[in-house]
Amino acid sequence: MAEKILMKGNEAIAISAIRNGVDGYFGYPITPQSEVMETLMKEKPWETTGMVVLQAESETSSINMVYGGASCGKKVMTSSSSPGVSLMCEGISYMAGAELPCVVVDVMRGGPGLGTIQPSQSDYNQIVKGGGHGDYHNIVIAPASAQDMYDFIDWGFELAFKYRNPVVVLADGIIGQMMEKVELHPMKPRRTAEEILEAAPWATTGKPATRERNIITSLSLDADIQEKFNRKLKNKYDIIEETEVKFSEYLAGDAEYLFVAFGCSSRICEAVVDELRGEGIKAGLLRPITLYPFPTKEIARLGKQVKSMMSVELNLGQMVEDVRLAVAGSCPVHFYGRQGGNIFTPEEIVGEFKKANGLA
Amino acid sequence: MKEEIIIAGFGGQGVLSMGKILAYSAIMQDMEVTWMPSYGPEMRGGTANVCVILSDKKIGSPIVTKYDTVIALNQQSLDKFEKAVKPGGLLLYDPNGITRSPERTDIEIHKIDAIEVAAKLGSSKVYNMAVLGGFLKLRPIVSMENVEKGLAKSIPARYGSLIPLNKAAIEEGMNAVE
Repeated sequence: MAEKILMKGNEAIAISAIRNGVDGYFGYPITPQSEVMETLMKEKPWETTGMVVLQAESETSSINMVYGGASCGKKVMTSSSSPGVSLMCEGISYMAGAELPCVVVDVMRGGPGLGTIQPSQSDYNQIVKGGGHGDYHNIVIAPASAQDMYDFIDWGFELAFKYRNPVVVLADGIIGQMMEKVELHPMKPRRTAEEILEAAPWATTGKPATRERNIITSLSLDADIQEKFNRKLKNKYDIIEETEVKFSEYLAGDAEYLFVAFGCSSRICEAVVDELRGEGIKAGLLRPITLYPFPTKEIARLGKQVKSMMSVELNLGQMVEDVRLAVAGSCPVHFYGRQGGNIFTPEEIVGEFKKANGLA
Repeated sequence: MKEEIIIAGFGGQGVLSMGKILAYSAIMQDMEVTWMPSYGPEMRGGTANVCVILSDKKIGSPIVTKYDTVIALNQQSLDKFEKAVKPGGLLLYDPNGITRSPERTDIEIHKIDAIEVAAKLGSSKVYNMAVLGGFLKLRPIVSMENVEKGLAKSIPARYGSLIPLNKAAIEEGMNAVE
């Protein structure tokens, strides 16, 4: 039987990085995700797996260290929270432009600006729609438990290397700070030099006589070459949208009303669905697990089945726009949110749901 | 079985670690758990609380507003959470420093003088374990065997020698609850 440990979501990120053969972590502390680096420093993986753990002088430095490591085909990552991730966005755009794989964990807190240190989901637009400049997408995966935090590191690197693209694990203060049972999977060793050549033949690992130089850059001064590259990215994104969508449903099969929520909000909405079902109202839940690619087709399908939807988010209404695009007017889409680090309770959402649907 | 518990008191009373040991003990009994602290710009002497949910099944919302059990270790916590006990639920409090006693009549109310237990054992650090003992006496959700395993998992190896003292505090707490 696999070992089961009680840990915070943030601790799960750190333990998972070590156990999944990550080569390097570069970060800068910020609440509510400081336990990631604290745990790494306590575990001292440089003495066991040889993983590098480095506290950079800023978030800008950390993401550029990630750029450097990724250029060499290494499995490298960073983590931060909202204001810190804003500082990283330039680097993330450069990595998207240089087609470099990496995992960035964003444990969101309330904004804008320095905001609060309490949980929030107010960076959906920033991370899902870009963050940095240029026509690019992050692959965005949204954990809802400490186990997800553990599992999504390995999954994140799998996607990052498969598509040579940055992957953002978009979490929030609740998932980061909450402790739950986490089941550890068997250790994966770090990749050997040969395995890196196989997984990342594009990497700058030293030029042998047998091939041309590998060049990692996001700079192209020729408009036609840049456009060709942009189209290549588009083809990649099309494949990602076609093949990598992941979501889960709770009692959505016969639902007349559908909640759409990600991360911690989806957990809270499970209790809302239970409460409404107890009153005889056929409610269901769709939780997008990948935020990019978004489960557009499934939401469109359910839009024809239900009387209305409600997007529940810890922000002023961001994902709701993607839900409305998906249903394309086939049913009303309501929104309920809390901001500033405040968290909605199941009872509160039930009340707002009834009000929005004239059931109060 | 699902038990939704909030433990609230002053920072430094061991509220968070008490919740952690309870949660770890439940994992040893193969239950599902969530441990959700109030976090923020907290400091020693300020208030601290943690919501612990123990269940046989997968836990949905880690955020609840009504609790099966409220454990209140100071007046502020008692004032804030007495009304949050579900009807028929449990309120356990430490009477030290309490000037306004609980008033509800539709819940089960017990008290534990955990300061006295800790003083008797000669360590203020086991105060929280005395409270945990009191709770487990009233709600024997996890067996003592699993509590011991949970303790061993929660206490860093270098402090392993303190396990017997913690266990003694839990047992004394079981006797002290009124």
